Amino acid sequence: MRTVFKTSYDADINYFRHGAQAAWYMLLLALALILPFLMGTFWIGEMTNMLIWAIAGMGLMILVGQTGQASLGHAAFLAIGCYANVLLQERLGLPFLLSFPLAGVIAGLAGALIAMPMTKLHGIYLAIGTLAISILTDDLIVIAEPLTAGVVGLFAPTIDILGFQFDRYATPDRFYWLVLFVAVVIVLVYRNILRSPLGRAFAAVRDSEVSAQAMGINVARTKALSFGISTAITGLAGALMGHFAGIFNNETFNIIISIQLLLMIVIGGLGSIHGAFFGAVIVALLPQAIAISRDLVSGLVGGGTVAIPGLESAIFGALLIGFILFEPMGIYGRWLKIRTYFELFPFYRKDMFRRQKSYLKTERMR
Amino acid sequence: MSLLEIDNVTLRFGGVVAVNKVSFSVEEGEVFALVGPNGAGKSTLFNLISRIYDPVEGDIRFAGESLLKHPPHDIAKLGIARTFQNIELFEQATVLQNLLVGRHRHRKSNFITELLFTPEVREGERLHRAAVEKVIDFLDLQAYRDKYIAGLPYGVRKVVEMGRALAIEPRLLLLDEPASGLSVEETQDVAFWIEDIKKQMGVTVLMVEHDMHLVSAVSDRVLALADGKVLSLGTAQEVQSDPKVIEAYIGGSDAPEREVA
Repeated sequence: MRTVFKTSYDADINYFRHGAQAAWYMLLLALALILPFLMGTFWIGEMTNMLIWAIAGMGLMILVGQTGQASLGHAAFLAIGCYANVLLQERLGLPFLLSFPLAGVIAGLAGALIAMPMTKLHGIYLAIGTLAISILTDDLIVIAEPLTAGVVGLFAPTIDILGFQFDRYATPDRFYWLVLFVAVVIVLVYRNILRSPLGRAFAAVRDSEVSAQAMGINVARTKALSFGISTAITGLAGALMGHFAGIFNNETFNIIISIQLLLMIVIGGLGSIHGAFFGAVIVALLPQAIAISRDLVSGLVGGGTVAIPGLESAIFGALLIGFILFEPMGIYGRWLKIRTYFELFPFYRKDMFRRQKSYLKTERMR
Repeated sequence: MSLLEIDNVTLRFGGVVAVNKVSFSVEEGEVFALVGPNGAGKSTLFNLISRIYDPVEGDIRFAGESLLKHPPHDIAKLGIARTFQNIELFEQATVLQNLLVGRHRHRKSNFITELLFTPEVREGERLHRAAVEKVIDFLDLQAYRDKYIAGLPYGVRKVVEMGRALAIEPRLLLLDEPASGLSVEETQDVAFWIEDIKKQMGVTVLMVEHDMHLVSAVSDRVLALADGKVLSLGTAQEVQSDPKVIEAYIGGSDAPEREVA
């Protein structure tokens, strides 16, 4: 076990706790950077997909994990980001370098605007309210056909940044690096939120609204801000999703995507950046894992490749139930336990991560 | 001018009058205690000062300014900090983070500079941390700095909540039962801390407390409440020997139906 000897307050402010931790993450980043040289085109595509899901997951994580507000409507903001990005390029002729951040800003503003009435709701009611947003967006895309081409859908153009082409099929490696860059930037922004007063205000609203208020935090404003930042990041992920899919319509961002996004961060581990990535690994790679194991099974038993409809959702659902029952802290929580086990070996105790039941809450006002 | 003036305040919940035409004032630099049986309206008064409830009538003034025109999140900015009867800490955060939330009033950065974590934000973080470390030293919380609240024992949580209120650097500190559920030794610590808060930090303290030993030890003046009404005001000695107070606690000949509080 490592004991960090802190000599300045900066030790608690910096991104990394100690040199070894920084070295491990740099190694991971280096590995991610050289991945296109190690993998074939197909798997680079899968990794790109995973990173896009991780970005979307981080967006939702800020809202759910950090601020404690449920949202079943985040597919709507994926859609807003995606459509805004493509329409800004096609209709206004903006370059990707402008349309992409603008798509994030538009999705963020939409989220903050919707949050103002929404965040008066709590818990299950908030979930229902945001679910309605998701349904509404689906319909609005169809209604706004002159702009969005409705059910026919839109094509995402090839990304062009200062003369360099980033295409999902023609230059998958470059597209992967672009997505990786965005993911790293979002991770850094997320870390900045966590280590600044903003992140603490989010946590305060999550854990006790009444005492957050007594600390001088404007709860309504903080929630709207959290919604805005969350939906902005989700919008960026949506823009990338559009370019990744190539063609998209109202069905691309339906309710199932909203639910999948929420389940993803629960399975990954609520309240941590790691959780968003672990969850993204499951969501993005599960279909491939199923396909591979199906081929294996049919190879052993024979009978060809029989597609079983709904198998993916069923396994995903079963995973979720398993995690909620046995590991509510998600994959990241399990990882922490395993790491602590080896760090403290042989002194790990089973109850080390058990938390005391919280005490009676003060009269819950309003 | 008094620091805090409660002026003829009434609050009703439906037909129940929780606070009935209560008036009193707290002077700068004193320790003022509110006592009374359960349901007397002590915590309700705190919630009125915190602007969680709106009084039906009357006014609450802090340093001469009416609090009623301020939203609840302005109260800390004006310099009033509080603790809660049943502890309202941020459970899934560390002690350090909890105390740092107390510094929110002194935040100078906005969310855009914080997203980018500009050098000014870092400098601000260092200053907040230095201020919080003073509170940690004052309350002897060094051992718990990086512990999560969810795993802390009750007594420590009580102290952390007091620390969070002190991190605000208030002019007026509202303590809602600072010693409830604490052992004798812990209660003695609380008594010393309240003395130091008053003398060293120059903070005015308004507290609700049932432990009369603590009340007598630290408070300059005591106000007894029962059924939302003022019974008696004076030193701890005077209030404790006031027949009306004794009657409210133990029950008098004309109130045989009252249970012992």
